[in-house]
Amino acid sequence: MSNSTNVIFSRPIAMHDTVTHYCPGCTHGIIHRLVAEAIDELGVRDKTCGVAPVGCSVLAYNYINCDFMEAPHGRAPALATGFKRMRPDMIVFTYQGDGDLASIGMGEIIHAANRGEKFTTIFVNNAVYGMTGGQMAPTTMPNQKTSTSPMGRNVDQVGYPIRMSELLSALVTPAYLERVSVHDPQHILKAKKAIYKAFKYQVEGRCFSMVEVLSTCPTNWGYTPKEATKWLAETMIPYYELKCFKDPEKREGI
Amino acid sequence: MARILMKGNEAIAEAAIRAGAEGYFCYPITPQSEVAEYLAKRMPEVGGVFLQGESEVAVGNMLFGAASTGMRVFTTSSSPGISLMQEAISYMAGAHLPAVIVNIMRGGPGLGGILPAQSDYFQAVKGGGHGDYRVLVLAPSTVQEAVDLMMLAFDLADKYLNPVMLIGDGMIGQMMEAVEFPEETKSKRNDPNKSDWAANGAKDRKPRIIKSLFLDPNQLEDNCWLLDEKYEQMKREEVRYELYKVNAKNKILIVSYGTMARICQTVIDELENEGFSAGLFRPISLFPYPMKELKEEAVKKNIQTVLTVEMSTAQMLEDVERSVLGEKPIKFFGRTGGIVPTPEEVKSKVMELLKPKKKANDPRGKKRGTNVK
Repeated sequence: MSNSTNVIFSRPIAMHDTVTHYCPGCTHGIIHRLVAEAIDELGVRDKTCGVAPVGCSVLAYNYINCDFMEAPHGRAPALATGFKRMRPDMIVFTYQGDGDLASIGMGEIIHAANRGEKFTTIFVNNAVYGMTGGQMAPTTMPNQKTSTSPMGRNVDQVGYPIRMSELLSALVTPAYLERVSVHDPQHILKAKKAIYKAFKYQVEGRCFSMVEVLSTCPTNWGYTPKEATKWLAETMIPYYELKCFKDPEKREGI
Repeated sequence: MARILMKGNEAIAEAAIRAGAEGYFCYPITPQSEVAEYLAKRMPEVGGVFLQGESEVAVGNMLFGAASTGMRVFTTSSSPGISLMQEAISYMAGAHLPAVIVNIMRGGPGLGGILPAQSDYFQAVKGGGHGDYRVLVLAPSTVQEAVDLMMLAFDLADKYLNPVMLIGDGMIGQMMEAVEFPEETKSKRNDPNKSDWAANGAKDRKPRIIKSLFLDPNQLEDNCWLLDEKYEQMKREEVRYELYKVNAKNKILIVSYGTMARICQTVIDELENEGFSAGLFRPISLFPYPMKELKEEAVKKNIQTVLTVEMSTAQMLEDVERSVLGEKPIKFFGRTGGIVPTPEEVKSKVMELLKPKKKANDPRGKKRGTNVK
């Protein structure tokens, strides 16, 4: 390598060098990388413990290179609470999908957020249960076809999709809540800033942080990767507004 | 240290502090809420963590997260709450995590009642949650023993990297007795940074993954046999029991644990005064069950009948049958639903066995013969 060659892009230290198990066009890989970059940039990898969910990202520890706990379905915020209370000197994050966080783990996330637990939650919302094969989630869009809503989500019978960021922002306890998307480079950069901030606030010992990341699931949506990003932009974003709901710095929403 | 008068629940809480526990997670439920109330004040005094969770499901999983630090952590609850914690207990066993769980049992099934019972025996000793695992189960019969076993429970959890459960009925939790504590010992606290298995930061080492997920069936089977090895070691090293007035004159061997065993002691004393001889075999570890030891006592020539006495509709009875293996007739007496049998009731059952007479079929005195599976 000559002296004139500068490394301008490489794999984050907090990322394992491994082959992905995610489907083509799935955005989990991008989100994993953004988490790893934030951990690298804050220099906290050797004191970080992640909490993996049940769902497609159950194997998050195969990608993100730090200590990990593998939680029961939906309980990652409870594990993170127990861990962080015992080890406030460590950095703890949960990485959860929408079935995990918004359905079976609804109780755990609300109470952890409301107690102001000082950990970070990365909430990946792809409007479907991925790992079990594309069943309807609490976040599935109206009329969206899934394997358990073959005629499309009927809102008269199962209600409208849950907007988790809005729901949590109704809590008084100060928290950092932002919804972002990773369907194109411009939004990925914004997502990166949000995820970095969510970890930074924890490093500073400030507050509970959650970043909701709109994500694609081409396999279970029945689209090509390109169609999937288009569907996310045109169908999900109008319903799941991209914005910062609460930020202790900006005192937004307080 | 001086003897002090203390309620069982509070004594259990203080014992955990003395054992070096630094984290306690709880959800209120009768008849054990005094543990939480005591620790809400006491934990901050020793710099530990006290947290009331939003449900027993969450509390069990907070314990899971807390145990992953390698520090000494515990929770307490009562029967319906323990049912909700089974998820986390199964995961903790699968992930080889130490934690102490106290069940101050009340009557069930369902919401049941709030009075003392021993009807969670199966749940405690046969697994409780899903999968190939066991928890080590200890059953005290006095408040002092609850203190001693609580401290032992933390040592055993660390020794085996497995959840340990202390089960006492509501009576153990609610009654006051004189207790003595060993000296406070901060040296028992685990330094999380020195742990060779806990999640304490992947500095100069590979990341540690605390999990019970093994998608490869060969790996999962390996983990199950690894767990089984620990349970076999427990069977060799952790069997605990006590004999009371067991001698060559006994015609009846009573098998009973916890509060029920104490009542049986009274029965044995009264029988002795009246010229009848019975002895008590009191299991202290319910898993591992003192099978060999019980059989040794039961097969002795002088023993005519083994009588199992429980505050349930017969759960430990199955382990008594497994131990005695048809060598002697086994009878059962039990009350349940929160009813604590009086010594008179138990005594009349014993007298019935000593001087048999025809009686109407009473479900509380199940006739169990030697035809065991």
